[in-house]
Amino acid sequence: MNEQRGGGPEKPLAVVVGHGEFAGGLVSAVGQICGMADKLVVLSMMGMTPEDIEGTIREELTRTGARVIFTDLPAGSATLAARRILKDDPGIVLVSGVNLATLLDFVFSTAASPTEAARAAAERGKASLIVVGR
Amino acid sequence: MGIHLYRIDDRLIHGQVVVGWGQPLNIRFLVLVDDLVASSDWEKDLYRMAVPPEMEIYFADVVTAIRNHAQYASDPRPGILITGDISSMQRLVREVKAIGSVNLGGIHHRAGRAEKLRYVFLTPEEEHQLRDLEAAGVEVTAQDVPSARARPLSEVLEGESR
Repeated sequence: MNEQRGGGPEKPLAVVVGHGEFAGGLVSAVGQICGMADKLVVLSMMGMTPEDIEGTIREELTRTGARVIFTDLPAGSATLAARRILKDDPGIVLVSGVNLATLLDFVFSTAASPTEAARAAAERGKASLIVVGR
Repeated sequence: MGIHLYRIDDRLIHGQVVVGWGQPLNIRFLVLVDDLVASSDWEKDLYRMAVPPEMEIYFADVVTAIRNHAQYASDPRPGILITGDISSMQRLVREVKAIGSVNLGGIHHRAGRAEKLRYVFLTPEEEHQLRDLEAAGVEVTAQDVPSARARPLSEVLEGESR
């Protein structure tokens, strides 16, 4: 599992995990747009067993104190691993189907808690999907 | 129609299965054969929620899958049968003679396993089990996604670096 973090002083608020380099690419884009990549921890699950994916996400949540997990695909291994974590800790929030608009809203959020920020960010992410043309 | 793919994948239901294989093969049902999952309502709910609405999912332990195989095989819809380990597939193949090929989709690193492909790691015992499958007349290939080349077992056991 790969990990990338920004160099800023902020404590990470969420773990972003997905297929291939999805999470790294998305967080890199957050950094490029607003310089707040340090609020997010990047995990890649390439080549890992389901147990390893779950264990690594748990470790990062414990290490950073983050309470939010963003994953890419509802059917993905990371989402299943996150759901197992939520079973043990209902205070964690999972947002599956994350996109760039979701993460940008999340890192800028002034909500009272990361979990509230995650819920609002998910709504922003949904609204950001538009289709133009016939 | 019936079962289009018999797959060994320790992640069971995940993106490669639901999207990678599911979309090009127009898969409409999955059979998840796992003794542990079949015995837990919570586990079944977990995997059910990962499956899109157009796909039906059946859960079975190995014994039930053997008993119900003819029903899966005669389903008019295309489906995939998945086990999480080689042993379960081997037990199934022993009792269901209609299984002619098995796909190695993901057996990831764990203590005692050696890397054969990026997504296939095996213990000596697991290598032996796969050779037994092939000796029983089952074609064993490794292919994580449809666009990849199906690698025959002999090539898999040689390892990628050779």
